[in-house]
Amino acid sequence: MHLAYPAVLAVLLFCTGLYGVLARRNAILVLMSVELMLNAVNLNLVAFDVWLRDALHSGQALTLFTIAIAAAEIGIGLAIVLAVYRNRGSSDVDRLRDTAETDAAEALPDAEDDEADPDAARGVTADQATAPAGKAKKAEATA
Amino acid sequence: MTTTTLAVLVPLLPFLGAAAGLLLGRTAPGFVRPLAVLPTLVAAVIAAVVAARLGGGRAIDAATQLTPTGSVPIDLALHLDGFAVLVAVLVGLVATCVQIYSTAYLKDDARYPSYAALVSLFTSAMLLVVYSGDLMVLLVGWEIMGICSYFLVGHYWETPEARTASLKAFLVTKLGDVPFLIGLFALAADTGTFRITGILAAVTNGGLDHPTLIALLLLAGVAGKSAQFPLHTWLPDAMAGPTPVSALIHAATMVAAGIYFVARLLPVFAASGAALVVLAVMAAVTMIGSGLAALAQDDIKRVLAYSTIGQLGYMSGALAVGDRGAAVFHLLSHGAFKAVLFLAAGVVIHAAGTNSLAAMSRMGGLAKRIPDAYWTMTVALLALAAIPPFAGFFSKEAVLVAAEHTAFGDRDIAPAAAGWTVLVAGLAAAVLTAAYATRLWLLTFRGRGPEAPDHGKQPVAMTSVLWVLAVPTIAFGLTTGVLTDWLDGHSLSPSLTTAVLSTGVGLVGGLVTYGAWRHTTALADRPPVGAVAAHPDAEPALVEAEAITSHTAAYGTIADAPDPSDPGRLLLGPLHRHAVTGFHLDALYTAVFVRPVGAAARLVRFLDRQVVDTYVRGSGSIARGLGTLIRRAQTGNVQTYLGALLAGTLVLAIAAVVLANVYAGA
Amino acid sequence: MTLAATAGHPGFLSPTGVEIAFVLVGLATFGAALVTVTTKQLVHAALWLVVALGGIAVEYLLLTAEFIAWVQVLIYVGSIVVLLLFGLMLTRAPIGRSPDADSGNRWIALGVSVAAAATLVWVVVDAFRTTWIDLDGPAQGSTKASGEFLFRNWVLPFEALSVLLLAALVGAIVLSRKDRQDRQNRDGRQNGTSTTNGRGSGYGTSKPAGRGTGTQDRPAAHREDKS
Repeated sequence: MHLAYPAVLAVLLFCTGLYGVLARRNAILVLMSVELMLNAVNLNLVAFDVWLRDALHSGQALTLFTIAIAAAEIGIGLAIVLAVYRNRGSSDVDRLRDTAETDAAEALPDAEDDEADPDAARGVTADQATAPAGKAKKAEATA
Repeated sequence: MTTTTLAVLVPLLPFLGAAAGLLLGRTAPGFVRPLAVLPTLVAAVIAAVVAARLGGGRAIDAATQLTPTGSVPIDLALHLDGFAVLVAVLVGLVATCVQIYSTAYLKDDARYPSYAALVSLFTSAMLLVVYSGDLMVLLVGWEIMGICSYFLVGHYWETPEARTASLKAFLVTKLGDVPFLIGLFALAADTGTFRITGILAAVTNGGLDHPTLIALLLLAGVAGKSAQFPLHTWLPDAMAGPTPVSALIHAATMVAAGIYFVARLLPVFAASGAALVVLAVMAAVTMIGSGLAALAQDDIKRVLAYSTIGQLGYMSGALAVGDRGAAVFHLLSHGAFKAVLFLAAGVVIHAAGTNSLAAMSRMGGLAKRIPDAYWTMTVALLALAAIPPFAGFFSKEAVLVAAEHTAFGDRDIAPAAAGWTVLVAGLAAAVLTAAYATRLWLLTFRGRGPEAPDHGKQPVAMTSVLWVLAVPTIAFGLTTGVLTDWLDGHSLSPSLTTAVLSTGVGLVGGLVTYGAWRHTTALADRPPVGAVAAHPDAEPALVEAEAITSHTAAYGTIADAPDPSDPGRLLLGPLHRHAVTGFHLDALYTAVFVRPVGAAARLVRFLDRQVVDTYVRGSGSIARGLGTLIRRAQTGNVQTYLGALLAGTLVLAIAAVVLANVYAGA
Repeated sequence: MTLAATAGHPGFLSPTGVEIAFVLVGLATFGAALVTVTTKQLVHAALWLVVALGGIAVEYLLLTAEFIAWVQVLIYVGSIVVLLLFGLMLTRAPIGRSPDADSGNRWIALGVSVAAAATLVWVVVDAFRTTWIDLDGPAQGSTKASGEFLFRNWVLPFEALSVLLLAALVGAIVLSRKDRQDRQNRDGRQNGTSTTNGRGSGYGTSKPAGRGTGTQDRPAAHREDKS
C-alpha cells in the first residue's frame, strides 16, 4: 500500500480538526476537534511504524501512549469546561474574554477605588466583595 | 587687636547681626532691636578706631587665600587706605543712625525683623565693598547690595509701586552689572590678578592692553549702581521703599559704591582719556538733567532722589577730572547731609501725613510741629545748595576746583575737555541745586493754609539721629586741611574764583526761586489737593506707605501734582512737563527694551504653547492611538489568537519548504 | 521495504484491494470528521465523531495494527465519546440545531486549515510519492506482538503513563470538587451575613443558570450590607 494514502488521510483529518478547534464555539466541540487532530497523529504513527517495520515498534507504542494521554486530557479538559460553565454560565470559547483590553475593564479599578470603604474594620469584607464584583461586571461587559 | 583684625570685624559684625536677626526674628522678638542696632553701632565704632589707628598713614594690605581658584587667584584681601577707612566710618555712622531711626519708624511693622536683618546685611555688604582688596570679593558685596536693595525697596510689597520699583531697581542695576562683570574679567585677564594693589601696580607699569574697553565696561556697572545717566531711572522709583532705606541707599551704601569703586581703580580709568571724557559727559548730563527733574517733582522724596543723582554727578565729575580726593570728599559730606535730608523727610511725611509738596504747601505751621526736622533740614538744604560754611560748600568747591585746574591745564590727569564739561555743568547744576533746595524748603515749611494736624511729639529715636548727623553736615567742611593727608594729598581747599562763582550762582538760583514762589503763592488759596494718608496717627512707615499709594490715586502719577502755585512750574515753563517724567527716559526704555522683551516673551510663549507643546501632545496622542489600534487585536477570544498563531506557523512552514526546495534545486 | 520502494511498485492507477478499502474507509472517515466539525447539532457532532474514530480504527486494522484498533474502539468510542456526551449534557447543550455553533472567525479558521491542508498534502505527497508499505508477512500489530514490544521494550514508559493517568484522575476530581467547596463556603457566609439573599440552593444542585446569577447576586448583597 502506498504510504501516501494514510499520510494524506492523516493530513486531512488533522486539518479538519484544526478547523474545528478554530471555528467551533462550544468548548466541548473544540475538545472533539482536538481528538480528531490526535487521531490524525496516531494514524501517522501507525502507518510509519508499519512502513519502517521498527524492531521496537515505537510508533505503535507511542500511539498507545497517545491514546492514554488523550483519555486523560479529555477528562481534565471536560472538568475544566464544566468548572468554567458553572462559574460563567457559558462554555462558549469566544465569550470568555476576560483577558481582553476593553475600556470597561480598564475603568473598573478606579470605580472600585471610589467605592472602597475607608473604614478599617470593614476593609477586608469590602475587598472580598469588590473583587468578585469587578469580575462580574467584567463578565457582563464582555458577554 | 591688630588693625587688620579690627577691620575684619567691621563687615563681619553686621553680617552676624543679620544672620542672628533672621534666625531669632520670630522666636525671640525682644532681641530683634538690639541685634539690629548693636552690631552696626559696634562696627561703626570699630571703623572709627581703625580710621584713627591708620591715621592717614600708608595703606595696610592683608590677604589670605582660602583655596586655589585657578589661573587668576581670588584672595580674601583687605586694602585699608584713607579712602577706605573714611568711607567705612561714614557707612557705619549712617547705618547706625538708620537702624536707630528704623526702630521708631517701623515700630509696629510685622516685617521689622527681616527688614532690620536686611539693613544689617546691606551695611555689611557695603563695608565689605569698602574694605575689600580683591575685586571678586568686592563683587560679592556689590551683588549682595543689589539683592538687598531689591528686598528693601520692595518692603511695602503690598503696593504695586513698591513691587515694580524693586524689580526695576534690581533689573536696571543688573543691566549695568553684566558689563561690569565682563569688565572685571577683562581687567583680570589683562593684569593677571584680582587684587587691587596688583592691578594698580600693573596699570602703573603700563600692563593694561585695553584700557578704554575695560573702563567703559566698568563704567556701565558704576552707572547702574551709582545711578548715573542713563541707568539712573531706578533711583527715583526706589522712593517707594521706606524712608530709612532711602537714606541708607542714597547716603552711604549703594550709590556710593559705584563712586567708591571708580575712586579705588581711578588709575585704570585714567589710563583711558576717552573713558574720562565719557564719564565727564555722563556726569554733566546727570547733573543738569537731574537738577531740572528735581525742580519739577511733587514727591518730597523724589526731589531728594533726583538731588542724589545730581550730587553723584558731581562726584563722577570729580573722578572724570582725575581727582578722587575731591570725589570721596563730596561723597562723605553728601552722605552726611543727604542722610539728614532723608531722615528729616521721613519725619516730615509722618507729621504732614503726605509726601506731596503740593499738599504740604497748603499746610501751615509744619515747622512748629517738628522743630528738629525743620532746623536740621534747613541746615542740610543749605549744605546741599553749597552755601558756606556748611560741608557741601567745601566738598563741592573741591570738585569745582579740580575741574577748573583741569580745564586750565594745571592738572593733566584728564583731558581739558573733561575739565570744561564738568566745570560748566557743575556751575549750571549749582544754580539748579540751589533752586530746587529753596523750592523744597519753601513748599515744605512755608506752606499757608490750615494748621498741620498734630500727631504729638516725634519719637526721640527719630529726631536725635538728625542732630547726630547734623554735626558733620555743619562742621565737616572745616576738616578740609586734615583730610588732605588721608585723600591722596591734593589740596581740597576752595579757591576764590570758583567759591565766589558757585556761591553767587547758588544765591541767584535760590533768590529766583524765592521770587517765583512769592509770585505763585497767591495762586495757592485754593482748596487743598489730596494725597493725605488715611491713618495719620499710625506708625511712620504705615503713614508713608499710605501716602505713596494715595499719591497716584490723587494725582494720577507718582511724580507730579497739578499745583499752579508750584514755583518750579513757573521756572521751568514748557520744560516742566518733560522734567516731571525724567525727560521721558522711562518711556524710551519701555519702547526700546521693555516692549521688545515683552514681545519676545510672548513669542516664546506662543512657540512653547502652540509649537513645542503640539509635538509633546502629538507624541502622546500618537502613542495612545497606536495603543488603541493594537488593543483591538487583544480581543480576549482565544480562537483568534490561536488562528493567528497557526497562520503564522503556516507561513513559516511554507517559507521553510519553499526555501528548502529552492536550495535543493540549486 | 526498501527493496519494494526501489524496485518500483504498482502505480496509483492500479490499486490493490487493501488500498481500495483504505481509500473508501478513509473517505468515509474524512466525511464523518467534516460533519463533526461543521454540524449545527452538538450531539450529532459527538455521534459523527464516533463514526470518524471508528473509521480510523478500521484503518488501523487495514494497516495490520489490530491491537491498536481495538484499543481505539474501546477507549475512544467507548469512553471518550461517552465522556464528551456527558459533558454536553452537563453544560446543557441544546438538543437540536443551534445556529451559533460556529464562532465568528469561521472563515479565518477555514482559510488557515485549508492552507495548512494544501501545504501538508503537497509536502507529504511530494515526499512519500514512491514509498510503498509492505503489508505482507505476519501482522505487525497483533495482540501478541503488541504485548511483546510493550512489556519488553516499553515497560517503564508504560508504568510512568499509569502515574500520569492517576495524576489526571486526581486533577479531574480536584477541579470538580473545588467549586463545590467554594460554594459551600459561600453559602455559609451568605447565610451568616445576608438575610436579603435568601437563595436556598442546596449543595448538590447543579443549576448553572442559578449559579450564574448567584455569582452576580453576591456582590450586590454585600453592597447592601455595607450600606
